[in-house]
Amino acid sequence: MIYMKYLAVGIGGIIGSLLRFFVSNIHFGLSDEYLPLDTLIVNLLGSYLLGLLTGLYSRFPKLPSYIQLSIGTGLIGSFTTFSTFSNEMVQLMLDKLYMQVFIYFIGSFIGGLGMAYIGFLIGSGGKWKKVMSE
Amino acid sequence: MTILYVAIGGFLGSIARYTFSKFIKISESQFPIPTFIVNIIGSFFLGFIIGASIPTGMNLFFGIGFLGSFTTYSTFMVENMKMILENNYKKMFLYTCLSYIIGITFALGGLTIGISIGK
Repeated sequence: MIYMKYLAVGIGGIIGSLLRFFVSNIHFGLSDEYLPLDTLIVNLLGSYLLGLLTGLYSRFPKLPSYIQLSIGTGLIGSFTTFSTFSNEMVQLMLDKLYMQVFIYFIGSFIGGLGMAYIGFLIGSGGKWKKVMSE
Repeated sequence: MTILYVAIGGFLGSIARYTFSKFIKISESQFPIPTFIVNIIGSFFLGFIIGASIPTGMNLFFGIGFLGSFTTYSTFMVENMKMILENNYKKMFLYTCLSYIIGITFALGGLTIGISIGK
């Protein structure tokens, strides 16, 4: 049943993209300063959750692969987005908002990496073991 | 209706990303080419549709739904984290720099082409 895998990813993808869309419709009251907080929040939260899932697979290697497919690849993969991030960086640069460019980049990069690592530490209990992921 | 556009786009975008990662079979020890490619292609096309200012429904389906799901930030971050945990700092540095620089450049390229076509 190879199609089940695609369906698992796709259903996760629906939920992830809808959740991202809902977050993007929340008004954070910071529109004047124009920092894309919605994208930053989904990307940081998603990095944390995928780090957590990766940690759980590292601790419990026998976890079924459909969890990784539906929640990891599908839901969290679709919840976070790189294309919106890169285009917002372009927009901030074109608007010459260099302070925002700097904050948004550092927040996304260092923040994302840190959140993924915190998630991983919690999920794995601190032990790193190489796990093949889907 | 709005939600349906995003949902169908998200369904197709995530499956396209998964298919892409299966299609390009690369072992974990090598460079994460699939994520890298979906992210730069997606950045280009999102720039393009922003520049061409397409109708709202198309933007919900293709921009927010499809391209938003096709590209991924969480996988990119976890791949970087794994490289650090495996002490592959050089590879991590290269992957990070290439993804950000080429991704942003492609977004700008797509935007520029989109604007010129949209006129």
